[in-house]
Amino acid sequence: MYKIQLAHIIYHFKSLRELMAKASPPRSGDYLAGVAADSHLERVAAQWALADVPLKRFLTEALVPYEQDEVTRLIMDSHDSIAFMPISHLTVGDFRNWLLSEQATTETLTTISQGLTPEMVAAVSKIMRIQDLILVAKKCRVITRFRGTIGLENRLSTRLQPNHPTDNPIGIAASTLDGLLYGCGDAVIGINPASDNLDATLSLLHLLSDVIERYDIPTQSCVLAHVTTTLKAIEKKAPVDLVFQSIAGTQKANESFGINLDILNEAHIAAQSLNRGTVGNNCMYFETGQGSALSANANEGLDQQTCETRAYAVARKFNPLLVNTVVGFIGPEYLYDGKQIIRAGLEDHFCGKLLGLPMGCDICYTNHAEADQDDMDMLLTQFAVAGGTFIMGVPGSDDVMLNYQSTSFHDALYLRQVLNLKPSPEFAIWLENQQIFNSNNQLSLQKGIPALFKPAIKTLGQLSHE
Amino acid sequence: MSNDLLIYEDDWQHLRQFTPARIALGRSGMSLPTRACLEFSLAHAMARDAVTTPINFEPIAQSLVSLDEKTVVLHSQAENQNMYLKRPDLGRLLNEQAYITLQDNPLSPVDIVIVIADGLSSSAIKHHAVPFLQLLIPHLREKEYAMPPICLVKHARVAIGDSIAQFYSARLCVVLIGERPGLSSPNSMGIYFTYKAKKGCTDAERNCISNIHLQGLSYNEALTKLRYLIDESEKLQFSGVNLKDESTNNQLNYDV
Repeated sequence: MYKIQLAHIIYHFKSLRELMAKASPPRSGDYLAGVAADSHLERVAAQWALADVPLKRFLTEALVPYEQDEVTRLIMDSHDSIAFMPISHLTVGDFRNWLLSEQATTETLTTISQGLTPEMVAAVSKIMRIQDLILVAKKCRVITRFRGTIGLENRLSTRLQPNHPTDNPIGIAASTLDGLLYGCGDAVIGINPASDNLDATLSLLHLLSDVIERYDIPTQSCVLAHVTTTLKAIEKKAPVDLVFQSIAGTQKANESFGINLDILNEAHIAAQSLNRGTVGNNCMYFETGQGSALSANANEGLDQQTCETRAYAVARKFNPLLVNTVVGFIGPEYLYDGKQIIRAGLEDHFCGKLLGLPMGCDICYTNHAEADQDDMDMLLTQFAVAGGTFIMGVPGSDDVMLNYQSTSFHDALYLRQVLNLKPSPEFAIWLENQQIFNSNNQLSLQKGIPALFKPAIKTLGQLSHE
Repeated sequence: MSNDLLIYEDDWQHLRQFTPARIALGRSGMSLPTRACLEFSLAHAMARDAVTTPINFEPIAQSLVSLDEKTVVLHSQAENQNMYLKRPDLGRLLNEQAYITLQDNPLSPVDIVIVIADGLSSSAIKHHAVPFLQLLIPHLREKEYAMPPICLVKHARVAIGDSIAQFYSARLCVVLIGERPGLSSPNSMGIYFTYKAKKGCTDAERNCISNIHLQGLSYNEALTKLRYLIDESEKLQFSGVNLKDESTNNQLNYDV
């Protein structure tokens, strides 16, 4: 039982789970779930009460029972009490102060990371303003490697997302070339296949692997099929760089995705054994998003932001190369408008980074949400200022397969100009060698197509005359 | 917009013929040129309108009658568009009147139910539901599947099919639904297939065939996939992530 008196009213919160939910800044998904605060005052009362909760409390009061949920078991069993020591005496409110203080340096934040549980991090985020989320996230540094080094200071990577409504290989190749010529793709070249079909997945894996090998690009590929499809592809000796899976913060939600920790573990081992990385072997790519557990009726009474943060416990077990919060994809029933999407994206980035994850953000919205390009520009800019690891690169922001709007190749170039953020060092060298970028981190002003790509574009041109 | 000297054009614009994606847009400085920017706004406006226009099931029902198929119009528990957008849970449930309507139709053993739901794009259903069923229905008749009237459901989500399949104790459930509109495809239809659907089914128990529209998956391609899913699920007695769609695609040769 948690209790507080505020403005002459006494508020009771019967569990930590309820307290967390009521303390959450407003969003439609929590109203949908019936867990949101009933009034502004109740929300602030919950935030006051939450600020007084000792961090240690999160180690004894599980938000979803240990016996019934393997994500809770993972969180509790993998908690590092030695890493936790430096902050173990703090309350949630103290923890905010500590994070903002000079004591929280990149080094100390890295040291305590394994001592933090998702719930502690979610709790503190609920009493943080957007500038706090940005300031602290920027102090975190998470570096991962496969064929390039991702997450270094003053770097911003991009996922090239060349989706096509029918997985047409030539259409995908055309978007891939367009993206590369705009300097995009060092995080991953990742395709969402239109259908979860093993043959299509195999052919896309070979297409991407051919492109990466032919042009000797220091990047990695991924076909975002279900993990069990990718396992079958590995059995068939397909060139799998990264294993993809959508994950969520409760066992039930993961079951609704057709996965559990054992399946992920099996896939992780299979991908690692291929040893396809050149500078490192982080070989998992996870996607998450607030609201996904509730949409599967599996939120276990949690608010969606806490649920989301619990998914990061699943992610960090497998040392991923990339984690992507697909923030506005799910729709207005979870994040209603630009304001809610922006805050959610920055919360997810902050929480993920604090837990030690290479957080990217699919800065996006659907056509049934109250949002537009201006909202995305605000999140894009704030995410980059916060030191976000990577964003999506979709031709003209328009994903013609998934039917939503994400960030474009041009958007990444905007950030490179205003914040001088460079791609991963290996990719930056490649871009310069191919005369795509000049030495000032900008697109080369040279007219025409870089020599390396002339034959491919000519070949495709000839196809068009057949 | 007339001074092209301010824009860097891309020399690979001919690649646009291979994809509806917005490639080779060129740039002013390193940003989107004015025309590309305004074209985006135009497409967004059209997609927004596709979401908000209410479905009219009348012409669809008439077309299906001419195929000798009966229809019933049902409603979910979402009473209006705003509630539909904010409360997906209500869009998954039939309202009371819907159950009364279903009970008015004589119950007999059923193999398959077909549900048409407006989803997030009424224009997708308006354009693609009937032409697709014209191809599908002859195959179902060939298999001598018993089928109740086709259910046309307003303000409905995919899982509305579960309640309907459960009501009829149907083995196979096919839901045609308007997908969330994209900028380049405000009229995209999806098909969700579930074996032994019942209330509480998870998404992992379904198979999805998406992106059915004029520039996307053709009716025939969608039909091939659906027939494969039906036949395989009849053999395996389940659907979902463990039923892989291994129907062959006509792969194009590529060389880039």
